[in-house]
This record gives sequence, structure tokens and C-alpha cells, in this order.
Amino acid sequence: MTATEAAMPVLQLRQISKRFGAVQALSNVDFEVYSNEVVALVGDNGAGKSTLIKTIAGAYKPDEGDYVFEGKVVSINSPRDATDLGVETVYQDLALCDNLDVVSNLYLGRENVRRSGLKSFDLLNETEMERRATEVLRDLSVKIPSVRVQIANLSGGQRQSVAVARSVMWNSKVVLLDEPTAALGVEQTRQVKDLIMRLRDRGLAVVVISHNVADVFEVSDRIIVMRLGRRVATFHTARSTNEQVIGAITGAMLPSNAYGEAE
Amino acid sequence: MMKTQPTNLAAAPNNWREALAERFRQGNLGSLPVIIGLIIIALVFQSINKNFLTPLNLTNLMVQIAAMGTISTGVVLILLLGEVDLSAGQVSGLAAAVMAVLVSRHNLPAAVAIIGAIVVGALVGLLQGWWISTFRVPSFVVTLAGLLAWQGSRLRVLGDTGSINITNKFINDIANYKLPIWLGWVLGIVSVVVYTLIVFNEYRSRRAAELPTGSLNGVFWRVGVVGASVLAGVAMMSVNRNANAAGNPIQGVPSAVIIFLTFLIIFDFITQRTRFGRYVYAVGGNTEAARRAGINVNRIRITIFMLASALAACGGILAASRLNAANQSSGDGDVLLNAIAAAVIGGTSLFGGRGRIWSALLGALVIGAIANGMDLLALKSSIKFIVTGSVLLLAVTIDAASRARRENSGR
Repeated sequence: MTATEAAMPVLQLRQISKRFGAVQALSNVDFEVYSNEVVALVGDNGAGKSTLIKTIAGAYKPDEGDYVFEGKVVSINSPRDATDLGVETVYQDLALCDNLDVVSNLYLGRENVRRSGLKSFDLLNETEMERRATEVLRDLSVKIPSVRVQIANLSGGQRQSVAVARSVMWNSKVVLLDEPTAALGVEQTRQVKDLIMRLRDRGLAVVVISHNVADVFEVSDRIIVMRLGRRVATFHTARSTNEQVIGAITGAMLPSNAYGEAE
Repeated sequence: MMKTQPTNLAAAPNNWREALAERFRQGNLGSLPVIIGLIIIALVFQSINKNFLTPLNLTNLMVQIAAMGTISTGVVLILLLGEVDLSAGQVSGLAAAVMAVLVSRHNLPAAVAIIGAIVVGALVGLLQGWWISTFRVPSFVVTLAGLLAWQGSRLRVLGDTGSINITNKFINDIANYKLPIWLGWVLGIVSVVVYTLIVFNEYRSRRAAELPTGSLNGVFWRVGVVGASVLAGVAMMSVNRNANAAGNPIQGVPSAVIIFLTFLIIFDFITQRTRFGRYVYAVGGNTEAARRAGINVNRIRITIFMLASALAACGGILAASRLNAANQSSGDGDVLLNAIAAAVIGGTSLFGGRGRIWSALLGALVIGAIANGMDLLALKSSIKFIVTGSVLLLAVTIDAASRARRENSGR
């Protein structure tokens, strides 16, 4: 067992169930992620990955089960509640404004301002925002031509990096990444994977949803496999093989114990 | 990792030619094409008719475009959101009629009539913005309905006579008053000084924060060009424009010009420097991203429609003041189309999220200059329409081409 597992998970879901009409999307799912860890969430289409991520992000409220953050049961009724705790989500579409520059996107909705008395007409503190944005991107080694370049002029990998940087700017503790490398080329995928590992090294808990088992093996510490709304297997990445994980995803080879590897 | 040097940032373009080529490649040319277009238009008309670039004609041109430009300022706001407002022309006409009726028929004080007209405009915008947000009806349709309904409302307000003359001096002075020469200079110098302070303060604070700044030379150039343009404008409008040197002198900056420029400065400030302005661009660029960032999209949209219709009302007031009347054709005809065309020609994108308030001035200057120049040449209005239409098509094509380049760059 590694040191992290002796510690308390930063985020834990206990016995979560979620039903949409006749469809049981999640059945008694447990989930946990620790600081300093990358957890990959894999599974076929309809396995319940997205429902689980949206539950963690606060977009769905589970029918049953507990949401435990830093050891305390909390009530999450909206995405805002989750972000207030420090749980940030980067969806596949990234939610960036193409027409705004990198600084504006990093700060969108949380601008640094000088108060003017009327909230809408608070004056933007561009110098401070640009200084801090430059700093954050440098710390994360995100390479872009300038923090004042519009998102429209960035590559897919750079956009993904900006979206991830935005999610970790605000003292977040858990970052959820939905298919971060889905639409990227080889080199850009490399950049994003490096970024994911830097987030882990900074002490964040990172949850990555992915279809690509090969990518998952490169970045993750643990792999959680979902199938038909249940969590069917968990692997320590270092001690597992592609075949084992794919076997669990397809249901061809389900391990009998909680941790899939032979121990 | 080095502390002082942002090593992860690629070198910024180090001369203006590279910077320009880069902006072209990225599709971020902004107002540059229209400024070049304006210079060409001026040179062409001046070469044909020596009366084009004279203090009298240029001052007239500025007064002629003040109403259209004010309406167009509101249209820019709407286009930034990625919406469209087809009612702007009719709202300007309705506001003119309301003001004329209040002051001439009900003998109310000028201030009450003016405020009443602006409030009517704002309420129209509130209704349209609310309808669009609540029922998810495209703004194209809601404001098309508005175009018809506000036209009817104007005819109704004007009543059977169909035309109301305005004899109130204050209202007629809104557009036709000429500032004393000393006041024109004071305003010009104060605005240049304030602009200079803002630019240098920005440069200083960026230096203090160790952020990249342009060269100090560039800052001097910027201040120099803007300052020289403003002061040259004041000087030009302070010359006696009366062709008959023995007659009463016609001189001083016209109030209509001051009012239009004030609107431009206020709304440029709001869109560029405030949280609200940032949200307008965000909604226009990616509504869903804006919503997820916690921005109240409906509130932004309704506020913008209110501001735009209030600006249209102000444009209507300026037009009525210049004409000394409100009548059957106030806000009719090409008022709306010119206001939209001006915004687009000035460099505001029809696709939302891109453009500056100043494009209302630049576009209105292009349209105004073409109309004015053709009048000087005594060309028929048929030709005027065809030329204006061609310029509009050219502007939109540049916008679309920039968009295509933008989508291809970076990927």
C-alpha cells in the first residue's frame, strides 16, 4: 500500500445511486480520490462515467449516498457549491470565450477589480490580472505566445492547458478533467499529460475521464473501471496491464477482489 | 526556472510590420481596413471637388453623422452580444415624436420632454430584451415586430397632422448650438491631457508590475497622434466657416459633435474597462461559457437592449433637434440600415463578441463621407445607395474572411 492510501481521501462518494426515469445510471457507487494522485475513470459508453463526474461536479444531485469532502459529509446542490469547496471541472468543450484573451478567460466571472460602488461597473484591474496569469501559466509551464493572445489563435492543446490552468487558479483541491486529450494530436496530448502530472506534483487530486487506455496508463496512479452503472474494478496502474483493464471495461474479465491486481 | 524572464512566452513581434503581419494572419485587423478606406474616400472626393476637405464641409459632415452615429453606438452594443436590433430606427423616430408632442403640444419643459423620450426608448429596449430572454425568440424577430409596432406608435403619437414643429430653443440648440471658441479649446485640451495621463499611468503601472510594455516611443506616438487629431479638429471647427466673410461668423464646435463624442467615450469606457463590459464580450463570444462562469446572461442582454434603445432615442432627439421637427418620416427609410451598416463597416463583427464602440464613429464617417461627397458632386441618390451598399458588402466580406483566417490559425 502506498502512503497516500493510509491518509484520508480528499473527496469521497459513498454508495451513490442515481436514476433517470427507467434508467439506473449509478448503483451504489463508491468513489475516492486522494491528494497527490491522478485517478483515471474509464468505462464503455453508458457505463456511468459522465453521471459520476457530474455528480462530483455538483451538476447532478444523487438519489442516495453521501458526498464526503475532507472527511465531512457535505450537501452539494449546485456546481457553485462544489467549486466553493475547491472541486473544479473542465468539461470537454472547455467553456472558453474564443474572442477574449487568455487573461480574461482565466479570470472570467472572478475578475480582479477596483470597487466603484456599483458591482457591474467595478473597474477591471488588468495589470494585476495579467501579472498573476503570467505567474500561474509559468508555474504550470504552459507555453503560449502571450497571455494577451485571443483563445481563437491558440492550438487545441494550448486551449486545454488554459482551461486546466483556470481550474487550478483558485486554490482548488480536486480537478475533474473530461476527456482532456480526446481531440488532440500527439505533441499536444504530450503537453496536456505533462500538465496533469504537474498538477499532481503540486498536491492536487486529479480525476481524468478517458476512453484511451494507453493514455490512462501514462498519467494515472489508479484506474477505476465503471460498467453498467457500477464500479467493477480498481487497479494500481503500476501493477496492472492493458489487458486487465480492457477486460474489466468489456466485462470479459472481472477481477474478484476490490483491487484487480494479483496480490 | 528564471524568475525575471517569462521564458515560456514566445518573443513578442518586435517591429510594427511583423506585428501587422501577425494580426493579419490571425484575423485581428480590427479598425485598420476602415481607416484606410476613409483616407481613400477623402483623397478621391478631394481630387474631384476641392470643397470636400474644407472646415465648413468637414464640420457639416460631423453634424450630419451625429444622429446616425449615436444610434449606431447602440447597434454596436447589440452586435457585440451577437444579437441584432432592427427596431433602432423606429425607436429613434418614436422618441423624437414623444419629445415633440410633450414640448410642443403639452407645453412641458424641454428637460421633461427629453427625459420622457429617453425613458420611452429605454422601456422599449427593456420590453424587447425581456421578451427575447424570456421566450427565447430570436432578436431578429422580436425587433422586426418592434420595427412595425414602434412605427405605428410614432404615427399614433404624432396624430392627424403628422408633423410637429419644435420651437423650443433649448431643444433646437441640442444639435445646432455652437460652443464658444474658448470652451471648444478647453474641452479639447482637457481631454487630451486626461488621455495622456491615462496612457502614461498605464505604462508606468505595467512597468512596475514587470509586464511587457510597448516601447516608450510607441506611447509617445499614440498620445501624439490622438492629441494632434483632437486639437486639429477643434482648430478646424473654430475657424469662421461662413463663406460670406462680411456676414455673421459661423464658428465653434457644434454641440451635436460634443454629444456624439461623449457617448462614444462613455460607452468605450464601459465596454473596455468595467466588469459589465467584459461580460458583454463574454456573452457575445460564448454564451454557454459565460453562463458557466456565473454570469447572469439574461441580465446582461436586457441591460444592453435597454442601453441600445435609449441611445437610439438620443439619436432621434438629435435628428429632431437638427430638423426642428418630428414628422412622418422621422426614423424611417435608411436610418436603421445606415446605423447597422455604420457599425459593421466600422469593424464590429456581425458574429458577436468582436469590435469596438469607436467603429460607430468610423463607419458613420464612411457612410456620411460618401453621401456628403456625392452631394457635392451633385450625383443622384441612386448612385449613393449603390456605392454605400458596395462598401457595406466589402466590409462584411473582410469580417467573414478575418473570421475564416482566425479559425484556421493556431489549430
